[in-house]
Amino acid sequence: MSKRKVKETHMPVGECISQVQMILRERFCHQRLPEKPVGMESQHKHLLELLRRTAVHGESNSVLIVGPRGSGKTMLLNCVLRELLEVKDVNKNVLPVHLNGLLQTDDRIALKEITRQLNLENVVGDKVFGSFAENLAFLLEALKKGDRSSSRPVLFILDEFDLFAHHKNQTLLYNLLDVSQSAQAPVAVIGLTCRLDVLELLEKRVKSRFSHRQIHLLSSLSFIQYLDNVRSQLSLPQDFPDTKFYDEWNDSIKTLCEDQLVVDVLQSHYNSSKDFRSLQLLLMLALSRVSASKPAIKPTDLLEASRVCMVDSKANILHGLSILELCLIIAMKHLNDIYEGEPFNFQMVHNEFKKFLQRKSHSIHNFDKPVVIKAFEHLQQLELIKSMDSSTAKIQKEYQLMKLLLDHSQIMEALQKYPQCPTDVKQWAMSAFG
Amino acid sequence: MVRYFTRLRVRRIYKWGGRPYIFDRKLKSYGFEYLNMSVEGQEAVTTVTPGQYILIEGNDDEYPFVAKLLKLFGDESHKQKKALVQWFLRLSEVPQNKKLLLGRSPHPQEIFYYLGRACDDEINAESILGTVHVQHVPEDTPFPEPGTKDTLYVKLSWDTKAFNVLDPVLMQDTSASTPPKPALPLFTPCASPTATPVSRGPVHHALPTPDPTVMRRAGSVSDTRATMSAGKRSTLEAESIHSASKLSASKILSAKRRGSAADTPGVRKKLQLSIGASPGKKMTRADVLCELLDEEMESEKVVSLKLSSSVSHSLQHGCSLSPMRSGCKTPNGQRRFPWKLTSISLDRLSPTALGEQDFSSDLLLAVIPLALEDEVFEAGLPTDAGSANTPKKRQATPRRNYVRGQKPTTPSRRKESAMAIREPALGVLAEEDSEDSPMQPIALTPRSKRKSAQLVSLRIRKQLNLLDNTQELISDGDDDCFVPSKKELQSSSDEEKTDSEEETVARKTRGRNCKTSVRTTHKTPSKKVTPSTPRCATPCIPSRTVPARQPGNILEEARARLHVSSVPESLPCREQEFQDIYNFVESKVMDGTGGCMYISGVPGTGKTATIHEVIRCLQHASDMDEIPTFRFIEINGMKMTDPHQAYVQILQKLTDQKVTADHAAALLEKRFSNPAPKKETTVLLVDELDLLWTRKQNVMYNLFDWPTRRHARLVVLTIANTMDLPERIMINRVASRLGLTRMSFQPYSFKQLQQIITSRLNKVKAFEEDALQLVSRKVAALSGDARRCLDICRRATEICEHSASHPSSAGLVKMSHVMEALDEMFSSSYITAIRCASLQEQLFLRAVIAEFRRLGLEEATFQQVFVQHRTLSRVEGLQPISLSEGLAVCQRLGACRLLLLEASRLDMLQRVRLNVSQDDVLYALKPVRD
Repeated sequence: MSKRKVKETHMPVGECISQVQMILRERFCHQRLPEKPVGMESQHKHLLELLRRTAVHGESNSVLIVGPRGSGKTMLLNCVLRELLEVKDVNKNVLPVHLNGLLQTDDRIALKEITRQLNLENVVGDKVFGSFAENLAFLLEALKKGDRSSSRPVLFILDEFDLFAHHKNQTLLYNLLDVSQSAQAPVAVIGLTCRLDVLELLEKRVKSRFSHRQIHLLSSLSFIQYLDNVRSQLSLPQDFPDTKFYDEWNDSIKTLCEDQLVVDVLQSHYNSSKDFRSLQLLLMLALSRVSASKPAIKPTDLLEASRVCMVDSKANILHGLSILELCLIIAMKHLNDIYEGEPFNFQMVHNEFKKFLQRKSHSIHNFDKPVVIKAFEHLQQLELIKSMDSSTAKIQKEYQLMKLLLDHSQIMEALQKYPQCPTDVKQWAMSAFG
Repeated sequence: MVRYFTRLRVRRIYKWGGRPYIFDRKLKSYGFEYLNMSVEGQEAVTTVTPGQYILIEGNDDEYPFVAKLLKLFGDESHKQKKALVQWFLRLSEVPQNKKLLLGRSPHPQEIFYYLGRACDDEINAESILGTVHVQHVPEDTPFPEPGTKDTLYVKLSWDTKAFNVLDPVLMQDTSASTPPKPALPLFTPCASPTATPVSRGPVHHALPTPDPTVMRRAGSVSDTRATMSAGKRSTLEAESIHSASKLSASKILSAKRRGSAADTPGVRKKLQLSIGASPGKKMTRADVLCELLDEEMESEKVVSLKLSSSVSHSLQHGCSLSPMRSGCKTPNGQRRFPWKLTSISLDRLSPTALGEQDFSSDLLLAVIPLALEDEVFEAGLPTDAGSANTPKKRQATPRRNYVRGQKPTTPSRRKESAMAIREPALGVLAEEDSEDSPMQPIALTPRSKRKSAQLVSLRIRKQLNLLDNTQELISDGDDDCFVPSKKELQSSSDEEKTDSEEETVARKTRGRNCKTSVRTTHKTPSKKVTPSTPRCATPCIPSRTVPARQPGNILEEARARLHVSSVPESLPCREQEFQDIYNFVESKVMDGTGGCMYISGVPGTGKTATIHEVIRCLQHASDMDEIPTFRFIEINGMKMTDPHQAYVQILQKLTDQKVTADHAAALLEKRFSNPAPKKETTVLLVDELDLLWTRKQNVMYNLFDWPTRRHARLVVLTIANTMDLPERIMINRVASRLGLTRMSFQPYSFKQLQQIITSRLNKVKAFEEDALQLVSRKVAALSGDARRCLDICRRATEICEHSASHPSSAGLVKMSHVMEALDEMFSSSYITAIRCASLQEQLFLRAVIAEFRRLGLEEATFQQVFVQHRTLSRVEGLQPISLSEGLAVCQRLGACRLLLLEASRLDMLQRVRLNVSQDDVLYALKPVRD
């Protein structure tokens, strides 16, 4: 027994690292719910009470959970549901129905999905019978049959609630909310949305039937709490098999979080967005650099990860352009300067480019026009320039009006970093006439 | 066997056959023996004789109405052709919700003996399509193999409330069960006649409605009824009189008069026989009947002996036991003489009867079926006992007490014997009746002819049965007959015994009929397997394993009461609207006419709830027999996928058919535009009317056009939110049909809201008075939506509960709790959202405002804002973010709808607008800067 324990406490480093990777990845990829949602205790209590009343007392309710993306709406709901289903009375008594506005794009699909999940009589296997109208009548009939005390409460969970409001006539929402306001089968309608103005989307009679309960998830997390959260996210759980490695890892995490460089990186992240999802992305990148030869997260890892996260994708594209394409971009920049952001066409860009060639180019060949057109089209495909006309077919390619989707600073920065950029091109970029 | 012609395609010619006999001298109506029908251009002539089963033109070509012809009559000119029938129902005519009562799958050819009261049994003879064969199947024997499609089977009777086992006697001598009886209140059939004598004044019903005018009307109705029956006799065809009660009363009167022709049954009998023997006749049914009559003629001789004794015996019995029976035995000869000597109760009856004795003989003969004239007594008798049995009956038909007096004079002795023969068989019926009676008193309608008539006839049979019992075997059943109690709900074994004994007697006398019934029992049973297809299945949510917990403390109790779904005991604050709608619907139902009403009001002002309350009251009233029965159907524009589905839903709720929208529209059109002999008023509630708008507006057009049809009897109540909906979205011809009966529900004032909450709470003390006032004032100021008000109160109880340290120690809901709930529900979350946003997001918002100020516009491209953002971050001493990151920040704000953005494919050219006022943003950002 003791022998085995000794053996366990001294696992090889590689094995420990793979354990760490597994545990932390599970955490970062939303596969495991946290024990307790952080920073939303009152909301948690409110929602739990509400759903418990539906499950236990058969009281119909409707509620909206509103919060920006990544603020933990689904996580909160899942935590509450998990907690609810742990109660013995409730376990067998509720019928959760999950809908998502992105999947159920109209009421017909939504109805089929509800019928399927409720396993009503017109479902055989996974197939739902009947037309749209029949399905609606069937479902309403089913809900009407039930009553508060005898039928099982149904929890309708509508993810991306705002998208349901765009369905024709809001039939589904009206009916669900109407059931929740009448003495039929007990239901709880839980909507999840990130739109603060979601109530304005509802039609007046739908709105009147909604109970106007909104649970807002707006994190007012301070930076200290944010740091604590980072530490707890990276720390290993108590039941980690190798105690020695556990101690080492947790110590290293603690020192990591006190490092000035790391704090700066996290501060800039915190300034940009407070949500956990972007933080977890950052930590995930840092974690992937951990290996058997480097069994801890170093501050530089985090810095590198942050760089990857914050990278400007368009500047990266610029690095991969040819000299000709870069020259065209510079010509466009000058046109933008001259005409103050007015759209341009290929002919204008080409003229500008030719002027540059005639005046001071030493290194650039005189490309044929078809070659330049090709390069121009390539830029369009990369969406660095965008056509302003809606109907492209009518106008000749050379005269289509275009706009540049790059900022001056981006162009200049890209030129600095561009490998072996000819100096005359650089100079031309600085000034059109110099 | 079926020789009916589909209508519209052919023209039928109806001719009276046989010799007319004067039926009613005053009304100059004639009875006829048979009716010849022929199709134009064809030789074949179909003859219909009373006693036959006939098909009557209805809504459905495939399934015409079925009835048994009882009598044919017409006026002097021979143009008006009318018939009196006993209805049978197909299952499809039974209301949807009652079909389940059958408890088994119906046979396709099954029909039900109609014991209801809502249908008029007088029909236009020209709606007769032809004859049909109807066979009675005893209850415990299975249906015969569906051999011929033309044979229909009767097993059960339907009295609009439940299916009952049909007594074979009813089928064989049907005419007895439908005497033309005045529809009169029969509240307590079991009440002994020695109970309080009833004055001739108006019957006063306990009205459940809160309306005094309704009360008054009810009073006046019975007034008119009384006067009608007492004096007015000249209004035979008073069918256009707008009161339904009057209508029925007048009809009764006319029927009575028609029956009062002084013809001798003997003559009729002969006629009948001659018809039976006529060579041209093909009607097998008639043959059977004639043969039956022959047999009975023969058996008379045997029974007459017994009869004489039975009369005397029953005489004594009646005197000693109850005045009811004394009515039956009012003896021989002294027909114009109040029978003061024999019974005390007759004294009581006599005032009403005085001076009307001359009528009594007429009454006896009221509507005697031609074919089965032996049943005269059964037809007449129920009226006798009815008057004796139920005190109220006397008002309208006071003279019936003496009907029996004519026995020896007008009808020959043969009749009596016939009655005596019937008695044993009737005994069975009496048992039946006693089973029914405990629940029937409530169900009776004062204006319905048939139902009450049925009941009364059953009761008199019971009396007869009693007489029979006393003379043949001394049974204990007597008490049962007099006091129908719960004991009779289960069929006791001794009753069965007497039944069987009586049955043997009956069999002896009714030779041939018996045989036929025996034959039917031997037919092979046809089992019908009902496959449980998903469509037929009644959907339901699975029931829970653990019952729902009841509210534990006061706050929970209050919360349950405040839930919008909990049905309040009464609807406060909508008394006027309730009254208006109630009067509207009630008058339409009473008159049997149609109409439309448009109701508007913002959401949550109680429109639908009020109408449901009205319908509930009206249903109650119709259960109490104060108004005719009606059908309530509800559709909701929001609960259908397409406006045309409205047709499907209406039809499905009316007839339980599932058809396509076009077909449903056609069927409904036919239903509402064709006259049907038995049609009850339909009240249709169309919720969310505006959703039924289509380009051609044909759905709305039809909904409003149907009520204007003559035979539709459709009341349409429509609900929508906007007051000017008819003007805004309806084209002229639709708006015109909707009419001007409009009503608008105003938003609730704060006092009303307060009253609503108080009445809902109903003395559950959970709120402080001030708190309630705050809520109602706030909601009244914002929307006047009662749902909102209730929701806020509910939330306040939750907050109160949570704020208390211990759930049980939570006190009253105070101002602070209500304030918190109001804040939660009404305060905008934008400001909190901005305060909780990240630094860059806040900075971006400031950049947006700065750019707006610079441009002097409320709109800028992302590119422009981003330049501002970069400068601002330099000012703030922050590392400027990259463009991609800036775009991400912008998108996040857009997702929360703090910013309104163009489509993101425009990238940095997308335009940005604020969704919040600039002041709000600056206010929200201020504390952060400090």
